[in-house]
Amino acid sequence: MRNAFGQPQSVLVLGGTSDIAVAVVERLVAQRTSTVILAGRDQARLDAVASSLKEKGASTVETMTFDASDPSTAPGVIDDAFAKAGGTIDLVLIAVGILGNQDDFDDDPVATTKLFDVNLTWPVAAMTALRPKLLAQGTGHVAVFSSVAGVRVRRANFAYGSTKAGLDAFTLGYGDSVRSSGIKVQAIRPGFVRSKMTEGLSEAPFTTDIDQAADTIVKGLSSSSDVIWSPPVLQGVFFILKNLPAMIWRKMPG
Amino acid sequence: MAHQELLTGWGNTAPSLATVERPRSLDEVVDDLAASTGDVIARGLGRSYGDAAQCAGGTVLDNRGLWHLSPIDPATGLVEVGAGVSLDELLATAIPSGWFVPVTPGTRQVTIGGAIAADIHGKNHHVDGSFMNHIMAMTLVTPAGTVEVSPESDPDLFWATAGGMGLTGVVTKATLRMIPIETSYVTVDTERFENLDSIMEAMITGDDDYRYSVAWVDCMTKGPKMGRGVLTRGDHATREMLEGRSATRPLVAPGATKLTVPITPPSGLLNQLSIKAFNEAWFRKAPKKRDGEIQSLGTFFHPLDGVAWWNRLHGHRGFLQYQFVVDDAHGDVVRHAIERLSGANVPSFLAVLKRFGPGDPGPLSFPMKGWTLALDVPIGPPQLPGVLDELDGLVADAGGRLYLAKDSRLSAELLRTMYPQIDKLEAVRARVDPEHRLNSDLARRLEI
Repeated sequence: MRNAFGQPQSVLVLGGTSDIAVAVVERLVAQRTSTVILAGRDQARLDAVASSLKEKGASTVETMTFDASDPSTAPGVIDDAFAKAGGTIDLVLIAVGILGNQDDFDDDPVATTKLFDVNLTWPVAAMTALRPKLLAQGTGHVAVFSSVAGVRVRRANFAYGSTKAGLDAFTLGYGDSVRSSGIKVQAIRPGFVRSKMTEGLSEAPFTTDIDQAADTIVKGLSSSSDVIWSPPVLQGVFFILKNLPAMIWRKMPG
Repeated sequence: MAHQELLTGWGNTAPSLATVERPRSLDEVVDDLAASTGDVIARGLGRSYGDAAQCAGGTVLDNRGLWHLSPIDPATGLVEVGAGVSLDELLATAIPSGWFVPVTPGTRQVTIGGAIAADIHGKNHHVDGSFMNHIMAMTLVTPAGTVEVSPESDPDLFWATAGGMGLTGVVTKATLRMIPIETSYVTVDTERFENLDSIMEAMITGDDDYRYSVAWVDCMTKGPKMGRGVLTRGDHATREMLEGRSATRPLVAPGATKLTVPITPPSGLLNQLSIKAFNEAWFRKAPKKRDGEIQSLGTFFHPLDGVAWWNRLHGHRGFLQYQFVVDDAHGDVVRHAIERLSGANVPSFLAVLKRFGPGDPGPLSFPMKGWTLALDVPIGPPQLPGVLDELDGLVADAGGRLYLAKDSRLSAELLRTMYPQIDKLEAVRARVDPEHRLNSDLARRLEI
């Protein structure tokens, strides 16, 4: 169960090898989390994360694999996760996604569709399968990794940004639909984070490392805000960027 | 009619959704228990601060409809009371006929069922013990059947139910021994102390001379005046002590609450500054020393009942109460706790400091001989979870424990350290509820 500070005892991570998600779960294990279910793509990496979480004090860590490019697998993953948890799941962290390179998507409908499947359709299918389960357990918290890239979509990564815009909008609407039932839903909007996802890319302003991002997110999970900005300053920055006239926005560096 | 309801405790934290049933009789409790498919827990007036009377995804029995009140036996003071009767309702009929409850907490707005589930204590614990010491018998609906339980008929079940947070069965009624009073007044001695040591010293040497004793301590003042406070002690006033109007009407039931907090203001209204100012004003207002003041029972016992829904003042983020007990040899933990909280700038109203007498045999009953400190803190300061985790460690290392009726954030691991006799509760549950049908958010969180 979540305690008065919103600290969870059991956590399901979809995208269980995401650097930021793992750093967040490590911090939760240091608080009250004892059961972790990691679902991801790569069994070997899941195993490595699982053993490190156990070393840090988690008493039960289960792993499972899935293919996010096939959204039809999502309901089965949710069913299996609840079976493995054997009780209430207090927090579901959704960190499924690939960044890709806009050049590869520009003229390729197949690659673009796959990006949308992984980043948007699979998480949306999972959240939809999750909804009745959360309502039945009468408690729960879903935190979805969106991105500032979806707040105002840039030409340099408009395919990726659009998947996050869609996911972010779905998350907020989904949250409103379950709010009166005691289910908390939050969209996490990180800026540029130095991680394996962004390796080799040039850094954006307000770049953070994984630890900074994880600290901000863990703090945000305990708050009552619908949106967690990381770093928090990006809330103000994107308020301005979002309201720039298109003429000026287009002149901004890609 | 059953309906879904989002429930929290008095602290307004960690809401969860459950099906709520409102049984009006023992038979309906039995039916509701049989008909529910998931977990079940009883609830009274929702004054537990945390998640004790919540059952996410399960069924919560709102037992306020278990309303039954027998006449008080004039020879013995025995009264048979439904689990849904509040102390307020009981006192409204008892006081005019010269009877008082043997144990009362700081509010009258608790039910008999809740008082048993938490094995509540009052300002007289050092003399009279906790609530269950005054319960002669009770009717308990368990998944294994309905039983009449007394300390003689089934001591294990009786005491496991004392402070057992509803996990051994649903209490439907109980027989309670009331105490006779000549008047509805208390004669009160008040004394102000400039620091914690002097107040604790006065309590050690003088509490035994009074039936009731409690100290209010300021947790926000640092330095040499840390833990300054006001000690109030008293006894029931006799008719001879009354003068004027009260002498002609010596037995008056407490009136209805006049003030209410109609809406929840933004969190942060009660912050370090506003609370500091309040504590300062409160301390200045108290007399240096005043003996023999006549106060009404309501003023003396139930200061929290002056304003309805005062819990809303802490805003939508809610608040928690931290209450622990340590034995006499570990009185320094009280000092450490106040130091740690004032040092971390956690805004806290006055803390309540009291001495307990020996505990009862309940494996989950809170009181034990020593010191208990209780304080309210709003949710919000980022350092708060860590500071309280530290205090948990101090309390557990000292062989002390936290009060589950107040708790909303203890870890499952430390619960077992603090309540080492929990196996006795488990043994009783294996007998009366082997499938653990009776379950609450608190029990799940603490893995009881």
